[in-house]
Parts: sequence; structure tokens; C-alpha cells
Amino acid sequence: MSNATATSTLQDAASGDPDNVAEVRDLTKFYDSDIHALSSINLGFPRGQMTTLLGPSGCGKTTMLKIIAGLLEPTSGQVLINGKEVVGPGSERAFVFQDFALLPWATALRNVAFGLELNGTSKAEREEKARHYIDEVGLTGFEDKYPHELSGGMRQRVGLARALVVNADVLLMDEPFSAVDEQNRRKFQEDLLRLLAGENKSVIFVTHSIEEAVYVSDQIVLLSPRPGRVHSIIRPEISRDAEPDAIRRDKNYLDTIEEIWSELRKYLD
Amino acid sequence: MSTDTSTELAPIAKSEKILGIYYLTFYRILSILAVFALWEVGGRVPISPAFPTFSATMSALFEMIFDGRMFLAFFETLKPLALGVTISAVVGVFLGVSMGLNRLFQWFWEPIWVVLQASPVAALIPLITYAYGIGLTAKTVAVIMLAAPIIVLNSYKAVRHASPSLIQMCRSFQGSRLQEIRLVIVPNAAPVIFAGLRLGVAAGFIGVILAELLITPTGIGDLITYHRSVAEYNYMYAAVFTVILFSAVMVGMLETAEIKYFRPEKKKSK
Repeated sequence: MSNATATSTLQDAASGDPDNVAEVRDLTKFYDSDIHALSSINLGFPRGQMTTLLGPSGCGKTTMLKIIAGLLEPTSGQVLINGKEVVGPGSERAFVFQDFALLPWATALRNVAFGLELNGTSKAEREEKARHYIDEVGLTGFEDKYPHELSGGMRQRVGLARALVVNADVLLMDEPFSAVDEQNRRKFQEDLLRLLAGENKSVIFVTHSIEEAVYVSDQIVLLSPRPGRVHSIIRPEISRDAEPDAIRRDKNYLDTIEEIWSELRKYLD
Repeated sequence: MSTDTSTELAPIAKSEKILGIYYLTFYRILSILAVFALWEVGGRVPISPAFPTFSATMSALFEMIFDGRMFLAFFETLKPLALGVTISAVVGVFLGVSMGLNRLFQWFWEPIWVVLQASPVAALIPLITYAYGIGLTAKTVAVIMLAAPIIVLNSYKAVRHASPSLIQMCRSFQGSRLQEIRLVIVPNAAPVIFAGLRLGVAAGFIGVILAELLITPTGIGDLITYHRSVAEYNYMYAAVFTVILFSAVMVGMLETAEIKYFRPEKKKSK
């Protein structure tokens, strides 16, 4: 592994670590040469953990996620997955979209199997796998429904199942619950944690909700806006074994939310 | 949780019936009957000696159907129409989609089709005669000149406006450019492409009738021209009526084909 390439910034200490499933090095992004979205970001994403990118709008969190996904090109800097530099999308990463991005003309089953359809998996095999994950996300019985027949929460479950089916190491989730109503969002967060506990996935999660970040994350990266920089990294030490309701009342949980809020409010006008 | 959270607006409940007929079908029939009744009244007033009643037109229509004249006329008219519409549809969709996918194609072709769409093609039809004579070729060219620009420009715009989010989704799952086009962009653009095809087919009918009236009278155009010249207006209107009917049926069939092969989710919700 080509670690230990000495660079100047502090966070670089975390780079090149084999415990990291993904790393970004000196990531900088300009839009149209005058909008500075990200400024030399160095970050490590620990394997098997959920890392959240949190920050006010304009901090470049979705930009960073899409660069890691290979959907956007960085102006400069590198993205490493499993220690290797990557350019463009790859099978180690699967994306969950904010607006679900489901094919409206395809059933839930075909949507879930779409990643496998693209890589040429046979119909029987991909449908069997798709059915398994449809079951995992709790949509059994809805296989033959079209997206417009499903609620927002159910559509995102289809989006999540589609990302799980391709068996990628890293799940990239771009504000996956922002288009889902509040009650379904909470249920979905609980289901997500339960699902991931059995999957051994690493997750990079973008959100603007502090509660959501603290509830689901092992590591929270706070970004400051214009241009996006790493403000601080917080690891909420919350036991995941407790019941969801207990976690939401946990003192640690509430304190972490307060701490983040006091940091973030500085950036609000 | 209700499973039917379809976002489509349904102002009338789909199952409501009047006299045992579905609401929508009932009003469609009512609208058609109202037009026929007005036509009959207009013919009896009469608005003009050249305006026949609905009943006279229908009897002329049945006479021409039974003595076979109508079929012969349609056979003649359908040749340039079918040829022209098929060429316009195949080449038009292909060109339009290519223009949407490729800037160079767009740059080369867009001005030509925009000019063609904006130009008064009827005025250009005599020019076609100089180039292609008075036969089948000239009439087919007339059909293409009317049908193709609409099909090309609609296909092009449909592809250009394909959902960026679906395209990103396809890329994120490592879809190749070809898969992206075949599995995402074209199905996503299908409704607008088909809208263009329907308009194109309707324009093709205008083209073929124009050609038959302006180049040489054959087929339906001949029926119209001949019966007008001998003042048998009910026969003339019967010919016009069949063109409208045929055109409407063709457009309807296209819509059915679209839903069957490209929009399965609509078939189910009907």
C-alpha cells in the first residue's frame, strides 16, 4: 500500500490506514473555476463503520460523496478505496440517492435487481437475490408494484435494497431519508441499523439532520461551509445494543446533539 | 399504510358509471354525438349549399364503402403515407435520439429540422414536383417533409431532458454508455418520443392529402377533388371524414402500443 506519502496537513495521520475502507486525500473541488466547494479535504472512513458527513448547506457534503462515488471528478486530490486509487464508479461502492432514482417503468423487483441486470447476471439469479433483499428491507409482497404505487419510505427501501444487492463494500447514502416523512424516517433509521448490523458494510452517510447523524453514526465528520473543510470529527460513544427508544433518551446521545448544534450554529446567519 | 399513493390526479373516480357506461367513455360518446348533431343541424339550415348534412355524408360514405371506391382510394393514399411515415419514424427517432446524445449531431442537424418545421411546407410542395416528378416518390417526400421534423425534434428534446438522476444511478452501478442509452435514456424519453410520433403521423396525413390535392389527384385526394368539381359535396365530405377517422385510429393505436411496450406502469393503473 502506498501510504506514508508525507503531506503537510494534520488529518493526514489517518491516511493510508488499512483499517480504512475509503480515504480521500487533498480533495479539492471547484465548480466553474470560481465556486470553491471543497478545500483540501483529508479523511479516512473506518471499515465496517458508519461515517456521517454533516454540515450546513453549502459545505460540499453531497459533492464529496459524489466524488467518492466517482460520479463527479475532483479538481485535485485522490480517492482511495481499499487502499487503491479509483477514478469513476466501481463495484466496491453502491449509491443510495436522495430522490430514490428508481426507474418508473420498472417494478420494484426489477429496480432492486437493476445493478445486477447491468453487470449481466442471469435473470433467475438476479431475481432470487433481489427477492432476498426486498424481504430484508420489509417489502415482501410489493415486488410487482411500480414506484408510483409505493410511498416515499417504501421507494427508498427499494433504493436501499438495490444498493445492497450488488454486495459492495461501501454504501454511499446521500440524504437518503430527506424525502421521507418524519415518522417513517425514524422507523427507517432503526431498520437501517438493524439491517447493517448483519451485513458488515461500511457506510458513508450524508445528512443535514443532527439527530439522524448522532443516531446512526460511529463517526461524524463536521464540515464547515464555503469552501467545505473538515471542522472536527466526533465519535458518539453510544451503545448500539440498546433499544431505539432508550438510545434516543440516552444522555450521551442528547449531549452529542447539543455539542454539534453549538458548533454548527456559528455558521448560520 | 395504503399502498396506492399514486401521485397522479384523478378528478373522476375511475369506476363511476352512467347508464352502465364508464363516466369518461360516456362523455366521449356524448361529445361525438353532439358534434354529429350540430353537423346535421348545420347541414339542414343550410350554412352553405356546399355543406352537406351528416346523414347525407354517411349515406355517401356507405355507398363508397360498398361499391369499393373507398378501398381503392385508401389503397392508393396509403402507399405514400405508410412509406413516408415509416421512413420518418425510423430515421426521425434515430436522428433525434442521436442529436440528443451527441453535440456534433445536434449542431449539424438541428438548424435543418427547425427550418423545415417552421417553413410552410404546403408552399414547397410544388418544388418537390420539379425535383421528384408527380409519382409515388414526390408524395412520399411530401409526407416526410411534414412528419419528420416533428418526430426528430421531439425525440431530440426528449433525450436531452432525460432524468440526470437516473443517468447518474445507471453510472453508479457501472452501466456502460450503451446500457445507459438502451435501459435508461430511451425508456425515459419514450413518452415524449411517442407524443412526437403521434403528432408526426397526424402531420403525415396532412402531407399525403396536400400532395394528392397539389401534385396529382389520386386516392382520397382524387375523391375530394373530383366530388368537389361535380358539386357532390356529401361524397367529398365523406372522403374527408374517413381521413380524419383513419388518422384518429392510427394515433390511438400508437398510444396503445406505447403503453403496452414502453409504459407498463400505466397499463396497470388504467
